[in-house]
Amino acid sequence: MISLLTQLFMTFGLLSLLAVGGGTAVLPEMQIVLNEQFQVDHMKFVEVYSIGQLAPGPNMMMVIIFGFQLAGLAGALTVLLSFFLPSSILCLTAGRIWVRIGESPWRRAVQNALEPISIGLMCSGVYSVAKAAINGPISIGLALAVLAALLFSRANPVFLILGSGFVGGALMYFTSFT
Amino acid sequence: MSSTSAGAPQSPPPFAVPIEAQPLPTLFELFWQFMVIGAVSFGGGIIAYEQILLVEKKKWLDLDDFMATLAISQTMPGLNSVNMAVLTGDRLRGVLGAIAAGLGLILPGAAFVLIVGIAYMAKPDHPIANLILAGIAAGATGLLAAITYKIGQGHLRHVISCLIIITTFVLMSIFKLPLVIVLLIMAPVALFIYRPK
Repeated sequence: MISLLTQLFMTFGLLSLLAVGGGTAVLPEMQIVLNEQFQVDHMKFVEVYSIGQLAPGPNMMMVIIFGFQLAGLAGALTVLLSFFLPSSILCLTAGRIWVRIGESPWRRAVQNALEPISIGLMCSGVYSVAKAAINGPISIGLALAVLAALLFSRANPVFLILGSGFVGGALMYFTSFT
Repeated sequence: MSSTSAGAPQSPPPFAVPIEAQPLPTLFELFWQFMVIGAVSFGGGIIAYEQILLVEKKKWLDLDDFMATLAISQTMPGLNSVNMAVLTGDRLRGVLGAIAAGLGLILPGAAFVLIVGIAYMAKPDHPIANLILAGIAAGATGLLAAITYKIGQGHLRHVISCLIIITTFVLMSIFKLPLVIVLLIMAPVALFIYRPK
């Protein structure tokens, strides 16, 4: 148990520090690591990620579900601490240093450099989530419909995802008879 | 939403100047205000909620300070919204303020996710539940694609940015390198390209 918690702590602590440009950037790595070290299969990963998108607050809270699944409440707490504490301590320290030395052109340079890397990693995230979630015409249609609705309207993602769940569920249910 | 549009302030912000006009919030008020954001921000947009709270409602930061803090939040690893809470908490009430604001922001979502997670695990392996989950997963794929596009669209006109995006994607998804290696390759290259002139 202790070794499992330690392993969870190390895994999510590292992911926390690698999350350049936001949590979504570590999505593909998280999927791989959880699969290889904790035997979480890709479809389960995507399901947990997806229901996590229904939650309020920061968009990677679903990480604690993995902790809970693997090691109960202690696991959830371990993942919560390890995913948020290291990056927060680093950011707090960096923030204080910036206050002291003032705005440096290097801060802008770091941000400019990391942004496209972060977007590339997010593309990898879309790719790896899609590989597990997209398996036929219905799921392709739903994903494209949600994408279009978000790009061309101000619809709330929570309703779109829920709608996608029920419409998709119904469509897949009825087409399964034919 | 785009992190490029936020930009850095042109002149060094009055970052170290303490705010005197507004009374400093108590730890509980910091915790409470960020907890409200953490509880109502269904569907994202937390940075916008934070801006309304900090700049307009409570005036704990002026807009320049907010933008400067946001820029640091985006530069450092971790979730931008959480970094933002930690930095403003620290600014207003030191380390304890950072803890109060950060905890407040993540607690409601954590509780929500835990309850949903328990329900998810208790779910009997029912075919209809699985179909609904498949639909939710398809929808979430669309959401992730939309977020990626919205954040990335500003870069599509820049050839160098596009090359970095594509190379990162190829190293991660096609060559399947570990993230640490991808960052060790890409970060120095990109930093060199964007180094201050």
